[in-house]
Amino acid sequence: MGLLKSYILPRLLQWLVVIVIGITITFIIPRLLPGDPVEQTVRRVSSTSVTDPRALEAFQNAIRDMYGLQGSPVEQYFRFWARMLQGDLGPSLSAFPTPVTTIIANGLPWTVGLLGTSIVISWLLGILLGTLAGYYPNRLWSQVLDKVLIAIYPIPYYILALALVIVFAYYIPIFPLVGGASGRPGLTWSYISSVVWHSFLPALSLVLIGTAFRFIIARALTTTIVSSNYVQYAELAGLPKRKIIFGYVMRNSLLPQVTDLALSLGALFEGALITEVVFSYPGIGFQLYTAILQSDFNLIMGVTIFSIVGIATAVLIVDLLYPLLDPRVRYR
Amino acid sequence: MATIADIRDLRAYYITDAYGVRRTVRAVDGISLAIRRNEIYGIAGESGCGKSTLLKILLGTITPPLTVVGGSVTYTFDGMPVDMLSLSEDELRAMRWKEISYVPQGSMHVLNPVRRIRDTFRDFIGAHVRTSPRETDEMVRAYLRDLGLPDKVLGSFPHQLSGGMRQRVTIALATILSPKLILADEPTTALDVVVQRGVIQLLQEIRERERNTMVVVTHDMGVHANLTDRVAVLYAGQLVEEADTRTLFAQPRHPYTQHLIRSLPKIDDKSERVSIPGRPPALDNPPSGCRFHTRCPFAMEVCKNEVPALEQIAPSHRVACFLVSERRAEASPPAIELQA
Amino acid sequence: MTVLRDLLRFSPSFRWGAMFLLVVLVLAALSFVAPYGPTERRVVPNNRPPSATYLLGTTTLGQDVFWLMTYAVRNTLIIAGLAVLIGRSIAILLGSFAGYVGGLTDRVLSALTDTFIVIPRLPLLILISFILRGNLSFVSIAVLIGLLDWAWPSKRYRSQILSLREEEFTQTAVFSGMGRLKIILREHLPFLIPFALADMVSGFLFAIGFEITLAVLGLSDLSTPTIGTMIYWATYYQSLLARRWWWFGAPIAISILIVVAFYLISTTLSTFLDPRTRLKNIAVKAGA
Repeated sequence: MGLLKSYILPRLLQWLVVIVIGITITFIIPRLLPGDPVEQTVRRVSSTSVTDPRALEAFQNAIRDMYGLQGSPVEQYFRFWARMLQGDLGPSLSAFPTPVTTIIANGLPWTVGLLGTSIVISWLLGILLGTLAGYYPNRLWSQVLDKVLIAIYPIPYYILALALVIVFAYYIPIFPLVGGASGRPGLTWSYISSVVWHSFLPALSLVLIGTAFRFIIARALTTTIVSSNYVQYAELAGLPKRKIIFGYVMRNSLLPQVTDLALSLGALFEGALITEVVFSYPGIGFQLYTAILQSDFNLIMGVTIFSIVGIATAVLIVDLLYPLLDPRVRYR
Repeated sequence: MATIADIRDLRAYYITDAYGVRRTVRAVDGISLAIRRNEIYGIAGESGCGKSTLLKILLGTITPPLTVVGGSVTYTFDGMPVDMLSLSEDELRAMRWKEISYVPQGSMHVLNPVRRIRDTFRDFIGAHVRTSPRETDEMVRAYLRDLGLPDKVLGSFPHQLSGGMRQRVTIALATILSPKLILADEPTTALDVVVQRGVIQLLQEIRERERNTMVVVTHDMGVHANLTDRVAVLYAGQLVEEADTRTLFAQPRHPYTQHLIRSLPKIDDKSERVSIPGRPPALDNPPSGCRFHTRCPFAMEVCKNEVPALEQIAPSHRVACFLVSERRAEASPPAIELQA
Repeated sequence: MTVLRDLLRFSPSFRWGAMFLLVVLVLAALSFVAPYGPTERRVVPNNRPPSATYLLGTTTLGQDVFWLMTYAVRNTLIIAGLAVLIGRSIAILLGSFAGYVGGLTDRVLSALTDTFIVIPRLPLLILISFILRGNLSFVSIAVLIGLLDWAWPSKRYRSQILSLREEEFTQTAVFSGMGRLKIILREHLPFLIPFALADMVSGFLFAIGFEITLAVLGLSDLSTPTIGTMIYWATYYQSLLARRWWWFGAPIAISILIVVAFYLISTTLSTFLDPRTRLKNIAVKAGA
């Protein structure tokens, strides 16, 4: 176990570095770019009504404070971190005075649920189908599957989600167009089933692309592994096909796939964000969208920071699970 | 002398056709030999001479682009000859591991890296024999102990063992079901000399215990000298000389064999090692006539045009060389003698 | 190039991809002979469905969808191309530098690259474009997208260089006294170029995806017609609810065509050039 320190520690360190650098970048961006969010906000508010210049100034200061833009950059930076470590991301403008953290907390379960189930399903499907297709590359089903998924994989998340909405929610209205669920929240069957129903299309969109991606990688990996010495030997020795596919091929292809999963979590997350926008699914992505529409600066910052921390942590967790699968890392 | 495997005029080529280009590699081009029961038969030659292909055919793993275009391979295990080339995939699979087994080249990497040795043994044994896991473990433990391998090997993963240890584990894996014929492909390559000796001794021990037959393919003449009863020398897909080991090392007749033996380092011999110029020919376009003539220091005119036939010059000695047939015709003894 | 000729002859996937790409390029080229300017409005009667006069119908703003789309395709391709150029330049420089220099520099650069790979890009992109709202030009969008896509490719180039360095022919060249730069240019470049080609195509896919995403969120330069902005405006004017499928259907269809074309070309190209996979595609004839 002592040697795991050589594995765990660097990854913990990287987790910290990612968070610090990512958040610092998020901090720097609004202060570096032209365009003053305070200006924008004030202008939007004061354009709808005539206001007393003194009140305007007070308002400006309040906004400046809310956005954390008081004082010198260094002061801002430290205050930024201080607030964040206390879990304070500031109040949301559009839903004043609800704190950003509350809004994120409301949307988080939806996103996690959608993303989580999509990842699990697409991973399992993709690896299973991909490995089988890689092992039997000349069967008809394998080639058909390959062509179909190759056509799906490059389609941007937005386009696929939009296409699904158009076809299945609009022209053939089977599924609901918007929303996360209907009815009152609770552990009732009607509520839970409406959750599942509403999440079907968004999840389908994510699962299709996710499976295609996984399939392509699993297939390629399987092709390489099938020609490796130990698989060839096992086949020579007449081991039953099922044992070879699962115990020799798939088990070994899992290792690089797990590493790859860690790296593609970011892309999957982005896909979920954009899918939520299309389906008006009440997760973090949709909140981000409304924040853009309503120029809610704090909420946008908050979601960005949260995404960085969330993804970095998810990557860390996946990385830490890797040794459980690979005995070469676990022992010696 | 009972024959366990009889190969007659075997021809096997690799035929590829990609992107409009067709290529035929004549890996095995007319080889005839017989392997006797309970002997250790060596096959020698440089890389690219077709020895690995020959093994593949003996094992029955003939997959495209490899194709057998002529000849026959007959096995006689329990008194009944079997035409190996006509067996179905299922029949071949039933034969493997129980009758014929294989110790591959690069044995270091044939063990599944994510499975413990114990589980790998269970997999391999379980594919052929019906036993409970506990019985299998017992069998394996006893066998490993007999072969001098420590118990803790069972619970280890392959990467935790040294290269030599892995080689021996693979040999154990291939021989635990007491197959009658064991095919070993470069069993000592990539191992240091001390470990090589251990592997050679292991193979000898297995032959003693089980009274089985072995075919050992290697380019290392030292291994042949220490291990085999008879040796066949292959060049460019053809058999050029075959004799029992003592004779081969004492009186090699074919210039190529002489070169192979001469290039063996000897501790007390400080003379310069010479190598023959050139490289083994590409098998898709072999030289005309005797394939060795381009590199042979004694090449004659006839060597360029005609292929020398394999002649029996002594009860246990066959050579394919015009020098030898000429000499026989002239009835004068060969001028080259070497100390064994 | 003989590579292209061989691919066209032997790989049906490549043929399809090339065909789709041709259609796309023709569309983009047509934009130069369009009868209307890209930002002109109310030049044709609005909200007409596809007909003989208006091949793909017209928009609510009085634009011909077909000609609008030729501009959209052209602009999206230009933005993507620029983004790929910028992103890959950084990636190749960093990756190659790290790969060739090695040692501590390599480790620091790699650690940095790994950090940037984890950071999710979409939220950052949204943040940046939100702040620059209204000030985003055509070119700056391309620059933005390009600056976000250097981490992963840089890692790939680095590993290519590392494996090239280990190759025998490199050792031979080094031992025979060939200068380092010469090795890079003469020995390694022929391997890197095809790899870079296939890699750039995947960069295109990423850039197109992000351009569309940015536009539909309303964050890009909405006056310039691109595939993304077309969809944005189509949604803005409720063309979905009003059953005016041609306005959003056209960009969706064409975007699928573009990405599939690029993807087919990139995978068939890299499969063809990789000698290991080539061997697997070899057909076999049995018999003498």
